Amino acid sequence: MSGRLAFVNPEIALFAGTCVVMVLGLSRTFRTRKASAWVAGAAIVVAGFLAWFSTPSLSEAVCPITGHLFSEPVTASQGQMLLPEMVPFAKTMIAAVGLMLLLAMAGTVDRADEERIAAGRATFDPLRSNRAEFYAFFLFSLTGLMLTASADDLIWLFLALELTSLPTYIMVAISTSRNRSREAAVKYFFLGALGAAVFLYGFTLIYGGTGSTNLNEIASSFREHGISTLAMAGVLMSLLGLAFKIAAVPMHYYTPDVYEGAAPQVSGFLAFVPKAAGFIAILLLTAAVGWEYAGGAVGVNSLMASDAPEALRQVAGGKQLPEVLRLTLWVMAALTMTVGNVLAVLQTSVKRILAYSSIAHSGYMLVGVIAGPVGDTFTRNGVAAVLFYLLAYGVTSAGTFAVLAALERSRDRSGEPGEVEHLHDIRGLCASHPALGWAFVICNLSLLGLPPLLGFFGKLPLFTAGIAAGEIPLVVILGVNSAIGAYYYLRLAFTPFLEKPEDDAEPVAAAPFRSRAVAAVASAAVVLALSAFGGRAMVMSLNAAKYRPSPLPLEVKHDVNGEPAAHDVAGVERAPDDFHE
Amino acid sequence: MLLTALILMPLLFAGIVAFAPARNARGMALLGTTLALALGAFVCSQFDWGYADKHQFGAAEPFVWFPALGLNLSLGVDSVALMLVLLTVLLGPICVLCSWTAITQRVRTYYSWLLVLQAAMTGVFCARDVIFFYICFEFTLIPMFILISLYGSTNRRKAAIKFFLFTFTGSVIALAGLIYVAWYATTTSGGRFQGWTFDIGALESAARTMSLRQQSIVLLALMAGFAVKVPLFPVHTWLPLAHTEAPTAGSVILAGVLLKLGTYALYRFVLPFVPEAVVEYAPFIGVLCIIGILYGGLICWVQTDVKKLVAYSSVAHLGFCVLGLFALNNTGITGSILYMINHGLSTGALFLLIGMVYERYHTRSMKELGGLASKMPVWATFMVFFTMASVGLPGLNGFVSEFLCLLGAFQASSAWGSGLWGSLGLQPGATPGDYGPWFAAVAGVGMIVAAMYLLYMVGRMVWGPLVEPRSHAHHAHGAEDPNALPRDLTPREIGLLIPIAALCIGLGIYPKPVLDALQPPVSRTIAHYEQLRNSPRLTPTAPAEHASAQDGEGAP
Repeated sequence: MSGRLAFVNPEIALFAGTCVVMVLGLSRTFRTRKASAWVAGAAIVVAGFLAWFSTPSLSEAVCPITGHLFSEPVTASQGQMLLPEMVPFAKTMIAAVGLMLLLAMAGTVDRADEERIAAGRATFDPLRSNRAEFYAFFLFSLTGLMLTASADDLIWLFLALELTSLPTYIMVAISTSRNRSREAAVKYFFLGALGAAVFLYGFTLIYGGTGSTNLNEIASSFREHGISTLAMAGVLMSLLGLAFKIAAVPMHYYTPDVYEGAAPQVSGFLAFVPKAAGFIAILLLTAAVGWEYAGGAVGVNSLMASDAPEALRQVAGGKQLPEVLRLTLWVMAALTMTVGNVLAVLQTSVKRILAYSSIAHSGYMLVGVIAGPVGDTFTRNGVAAVLFYLLAYGVTSAGTFAVLAALERSRDRSGEPGEVEHLHDIRGLCASHPALGWAFVICNLSLLGLPPLLGFFGKLPLFTAGIAAGEIPLVVILGVNSAIGAYYYLRLAFTPFLEKPEDDAEPVAAAPFRSRAVAAVASAAVVLALSAFGGRAMVMSLNAAKYRPSPLPLEVKHDVNGEPAAHDVAGVERAPDDFHE
Repeated sequence: MLLTALILMPLLFAGIVAFAPARNARGMALLGTTLALALGAFVCSQFDWGYADKHQFGAAEPFVWFPALGLNLSLGVDSVALMLVLLTVLLGPICVLCSWTAITQRVRTYYSWLLVLQAAMTGVFCARDVIFFYICFEFTLIPMFILISLYGSTNRRKAAIKFFLFTFTGSVIALAGLIYVAWYATTTSGGRFQGWTFDIGALESAARTMSLRQQSIVLLALMAGFAVKVPLFPVHTWLPLAHTEAPTAGSVILAGVLLKLGTYALYRFVLPFVPEAVVEYAPFIGVLCIIGILYGGLICWVQTDVKKLVAYSSVAHLGFCVLGLFALNNTGITGSILYMINHGLSTGALFLLIGMVYERYHTRSMKELGGLASKMPVWATFMVFFTMASVGLPGLNGFVSEFLCLLGAFQASSAWGSGLWGSLGLQPGATPGDYGPWFAAVAGVGMIVAAMYLLYMVGRMVWGPLVEPRSHAHHAHGAEDPNALPRDLTPREIGLLIPIAALCIGLGIYPKPVLDALQPPVSRTIAHYEQLRNSPRLTPTAPAEHASAQDGEGAP
């Protein structure tokens, strides 16, 4: 029992932290209230260490799994996971980025109240205070994200995804005292509920098609009996719902409004946490479907028509997702990055630009999902590319939003400090606030994908994996989109450096929370450090992407001679045909 | 080690300049670039010219940056790369000196980015790893973007953005092409994945075994990136704007080295990687070059902005350069590489001269300037000299390379004849395959056009009645500005023109040492084409047989 609980140690640590924070945040003494943020930070650090050092190896044949935490696995296949090594990597990454996000959260809620209390004009009123809830919800959301990473069951996955999302609705609502935030929260909530309903419906269809909610059993069922139309409809429906979490077309509409309405640090949270949850869920689902289907007519195979060497054709010869799923993801990826980038070009509000660009980044990462973990090198493994990109994007976008959070304009009538909204607000930032300004420049150039910064090394494996998987047109679309993205990222990156503020412009000031600036500078430093010494992180993400295609029937596949057994081939070849039945 | 120092030296001084007091900035920048120049000369003296086609000075164990990506920081230069490195380090101090009085605002920013730019350009020529090459290639954009958008003239912001987006878009697609080659190399290395390599040498031998179809796609991707940088005809539109708006040093570097990144990449990647596709499509590229030559020349003729005129002349000149490169014979490629250096010298000098006039008169319009020989005789002398070098007057450097490029094109019929008609679906040899002379003849018309517009420019600006901007006439008499430059060139300005002029004469009269030094690497490149030509060429209707024929021969 305790051995199985070790698997969710990080989540337990986070949950314990949540409970403490909830109590501390309601204390009458300011110092104790303030300590709630420190406790949250400590919980995240502990969770990160636990995730990295104490997660049991899931490559073992039978091991404790979350879906069956409190009951014995029924069959051997239930005891295994499709992406077994992803859990420690994902959870550690979540903790690392979560810590930066937490630093940027300082003073988000209760600021006006605390100022009144400090001035002696009011006394502490637990009913008015939001601090406890805010940090608790922050930790809840991270807990949900970590649980998503370790899900191996559809029900578990659904609950984890909802645990990730529900707190974010409230965080958006209470992040500022403006009506805009509440409007954003309502919009986010209703569309989020719609998304959840859609993927829940998809999950039920998958259950209907396979008779199991266990991802591993679903995978086995797909391989043994083929993918029925019902199950495939379920997979596609789930994808559609998850597109909401990652802000992909056609479920991206909420993104700019919600990001604009929320406080910038909360927008930074939205840019990473739900996106990571969505991508992890998509990876788990696609892993259940598998990347071992015969190639379609598009891509490398058409390039290889007749004049390619035989060895090459075999290598490239279609190990991919089932054609209909691949095509759906393909269209989704192409549309997502194009829509995100093109609309970002048209914006003048910094937060809206970043919101649309966040859509575009989801499109880039979908290329890695399509490519899949075909090869055993980092350059060929699409899942490793997605995981590394998530890390790179999480760190960088946390830095970008932290810079915005660390700046404020003069207060409006309600006493709420104004946010940085338009590009002209950050003019001359490198001269007035050099650390923040340069952090913003570095983070945006990295998001642009400019070599030799981290963003480039994140995009490079997407390129290589995409090309190795034969998705050359998609990679070209990815390249063109990077170039479109260069337009607005250049504006973002160089407005602080090149432009001088207008004479009558209202100056921006640093927010009185030093940890926000620390978060910004730390993110930029991590970006630079990973640009120079990120090799280790790449190897880690490659190990994390170890894919166990299908435990039962494909066991023979790892034969010494590399000769696939007969029934295995038949199973794989048959699958797409069965789909049409 | 030497090459590493050559890259790190400007970077080190960029750091020093950025944090040193502003009044020392230009001095430190000059020191840094001069040291780099000295180091470049030392590298040149240590270079073993007997093995000019070998990449020298590379470390035995290159620094591995990202092992998971197969990315090494491996360096090495052959004689072609070394020439271009020398050009880069030579232009370094010249660019610092020509900005000596022109830059008064944000001095530290200016000189530190100038030094970063030099480091990145040196890195491009020294790289022996595709991704490292690409990183340096792309990173040149940022310093140039900053130089244009902070220190340029009125329309600078638009020019900088256009410059960045054009080149960035192209090179991302080129990156996809290079990765495709790397992927192909991995898949064919014994059929197993042994990690990826981006080593240029390894990719070179692997890439040649690609089928014609794959080669064509790679060619298309690479051309998308490098033709923009050169720039070739349909994608040249960023260049005149960027040149016009850039500060003088920016224009000099742009014309002198940055455009050469494109032609160098064509030489380094396109020619050796995809020979079959190059033979197939060389005529089309040749046609684009010729359109560029004529179209660029004709546009020059109607310009009133003298800087824009020289900028468009670059489009025409680089048309010659690429035409020579795609002649695919010894003469043409040698001429083309020489052209890269010569164009860097003479056009760079023209931009310097125009910058000097601009610093005095604050205009570049030929309507407002004329007959300057009477006021600025020294300037006028240099102007006429470098115009002649640019036109291709025999005895000066431009003539040698332009002649070699045209001669190469003239002799290129064997490569072009079959390729052009083969790709149109006709049998090779079905029509008389002598197109080289036609290409050369039409391109030769471009030489005449070049003479016309350049001499027209000199005629307006140097000779004829004296015309000065009206606003300037008031200033000149008042002489209230203590920092104002004297009317004619200062010793500093003469000093930075003289080395370029000396090189122009030297390369014009006795280019043989340079040509000899270029022979080994060029012959190496040519060898594949000779081999292709001797092998039984087949039409694209039977590519499978063709590919197998290639496989059978193997790499030399």
